[in-house]
Amino acid sequence: MLFQPINRNYHDFTIVRDKDLCINCKVCVRQCSYEAHYWDETRQKVMADNAKCVGCHRCEALCPTSAILIQKKHSDFKDNALWRPEFIKYIYKQADTGGVLLTGMGSPVNIPIYWDKLLLDASQVTNPSIDPLREPMELKTFLGCKPDKLEFSKTKDGSPKLKTKLAPQIELNYPIMFSAMSFGSINFNLHIAMARAATELGICYNTGEGGLHKSLYKYGKNTIVQVASGRFGVHRDFLNAGVGIEIKVGQGAKPGIGGHLPGVKINEMVSQTRMIPLGSDAISPAPHHDIYSIEDLHQLIFALKEASEYRVPVSVKIAAVHNVAAIASGIVRAGADIVAIDGIRGGTGAAPGMIRDNVGIPIELALASVDQRLRDEGIRNRASIVAAGGTRCSADVVKAIALGADACYIATSALIAVGCTLCAKCYTGKCPWGIATNDARLAKRQNPEVAAQKMVNLVRAWGHEIEEMLGGMGLNSIESLRGNRDKLRAVGMTDTEMDILGVKHAGR
Amino acid sequence: MAKTFTLDASGIYYRQLNEQIREAVANGATKIVLNNVNGQRYIADALVGDLEFEINGVPGQDMCSFMRGPRVRVKANAQDGVGNTMDDGLVVIEGLAGDVVGYAMRGGKIFIKGDVGYRVGIHMKAYMEKLPTIIIGGKAGDFLGEYMAGGILLLLGMFSDKPTEPIAGRSLGTGMHGGVIYVRGEVPAEQIGPGLTAQPVDEADKAVIEELVKEYAKELGLNAKEILAADFVKIKPFSHRPYGNLYVPA
Repeated sequence: MLFQPINRNYHDFTIVRDKDLCINCKVCVRQCSYEAHYWDETRQKVMADNAKCVGCHRCEALCPTSAILIQKKHSDFKDNALWRPEFIKYIYKQADTGGVLLTGMGSPVNIPIYWDKLLLDASQVTNPSIDPLREPMELKTFLGCKPDKLEFSKTKDGSPKLKTKLAPQIELNYPIMFSAMSFGSINFNLHIAMARAATELGICYNTGEGGLHKSLYKYGKNTIVQVASGRFGVHRDFLNAGVGIEIKVGQGAKPGIGGHLPGVKINEMVSQTRMIPLGSDAISPAPHHDIYSIEDLHQLIFALKEASEYRVPVSVKIAAVHNVAAIASGIVRAGADIVAIDGIRGGTGAAPGMIRDNVGIPIELALASVDQRLRDEGIRNRASIVAAGGTRCSADVVKAIALGADACYIATSALIAVGCTLCAKCYTGKCPWGIATNDARLAKRQNPEVAAQKMVNLVRAWGHEIEEMLGGMGLNSIESLRGNRDKLRAVGMTDTEMDILGVKHAGR
Repeated sequence: MAKTFTLDASGIYYRQLNEQIREAVANGATKIVLNNVNGQRYIADALVGDLEFEINGVPGQDMCSFMRGPRVRVKANAQDGVGNTMDDGLVVIEGLAGDVVGYAMRGGKIFIKGDVGYRVGIHMKAYMEKLPTIIIGGKAGDFLGEYMAGGILLLLGMFSDKPTEPIAGRSLGTGMHGGVIYVRGEVPAEQIGPGLTAQPVDEADKAVIEELVKEYAKELGLNAKEILAADFVKIKPFSHRPYGNLYVPA
């Protein structure tokens, strides 16, 4: 080819094929949904088009002779601290198409990760540590509004009886839930897997904003149903199907931007669940146009409470943005029982890259400031806080809880558990791992049984680790860690950062 | 034979009022008459089945939200959020209504005699046999039918308290990717959302309009012939994927 767009030369990956090992079995050709591998009739062998490789490593993982290696392509751009290769490539793409840059998953850019700069405490000599393998350890978590005070009356035999009427709670065996990923953005096999895993673990998964397929209503005791501005699949049965209702106002990966499931991903089953026509775009804009104020939010919260006859707590999910503490305070005052905060590193099935990488704030700072603000205002008991966005391991969960979270939402971790390699091309609908795709040929790569087991394994493993860390600190209940920032120390932070996080520097 | 439950709503907070209504329904009431209603919210929210409501007084926000089936008549004006995410049933408002009537409505009908506020009929969606329909006898505020994905909006502009206003506010139908908006008479081009135009109705449209107007006129005691004695225009989406070309292709 004499001429090709400059774009083609500056792709991200190179497919290295070991000629001695390759047996031309074409597994890679069948596995690659981006058609980076192909069978060359003339040469009678498997060839590759590097420009099409997205770096998902599916071929590498499934090659029976381990003949394939996916490597980063080292383009020879001249070193430039300002014009880094990603910016040069963005411009080439946009100059070719005039389009908005779309991407998937959480932001990969180098925004400070405070989890890595926070260290946990452990007991030595005094207040001895606890061995969770042999002593009771409580991870049980209740999400919902807690009373300001408890009142008791005496029964005839003189024993006390609780007089205060408690608000509805979501009961979790671990302080972890599977975060909202709509049916449509990920396929049905993974929704079954999440529902089963949540049921087996005694936690909850969130439906996301794409409704709930009829066959999943039976997992209702472990389901939080989500209502977003597009109200896809939202009706009274849906609202009453789970143990909680979440109003999605914002998402960490795209604060201020709505959801937009392209028509090509709306297949028969997605169409049924969302109750919209086949192939039609599902547009869910950032604003709920019936919410322009805290009073309006109050109105929707109570419309949902009326519709569910006050049986379940109502959560409001927002993206972590500059004034998150004041916003969260308003949300609690509007009557929300749970505030879910999604940080800048939260995942997505599709978001404009500029938004994902530049809008919002890290969850650690948002969480700490919201918890502090609600305490200062004396309303922390009125709502639980759920932290989301880039929880990578059990230590992140422990740190989040010490910063004030009641529980963490995980989504990217759950997808990695079933094979996601963070190639970030979810928005194409061609996920070679069978996750962010509704193509039946690809979706069947996820077996719901196997996927559920992997999610269960992950949360159980984290649960053990959380117990170990708690025990090490001399705590026997997750409740004793909530907002207990004395169990955290900072390394390499500024005074301002430590002030916001409410932690001392290591050594103090 | 309808079992009637009559309630004087004066001085009752919405939560207790709605509890009493739900209790009456659970006890077999099929007709509910509410007197002296004065801004109580969420009346008939998420109620299901063959029920009839007569509301005397002005009901509050989010009346008939998530409702599936009941027929509700308001003998006065209504506030914002009537029929929010409504599934099925009929709402007849003998006065005017506020903002966001029929938000994300999926089925059933809402007939309003007078004017409506902003963002009415936004996110309306049709699915299978469900075809949400809103008829507005007066004029509408800005963003009528925004993001509309299905169903029918019929705007008459006849029984309005706003003689100097255009029949519809700015950005009519903006972002619509399904459904149809019919307007009696004409609608100024500058009021219509980008990419959309008002077109003449064809015979099939006329048949739909005629049937709807007859039903509407009957419910509100109006003269169908008079309503139909004018030309109608329609506004339809230019694509069911209005933003399909916005992004760098994968």
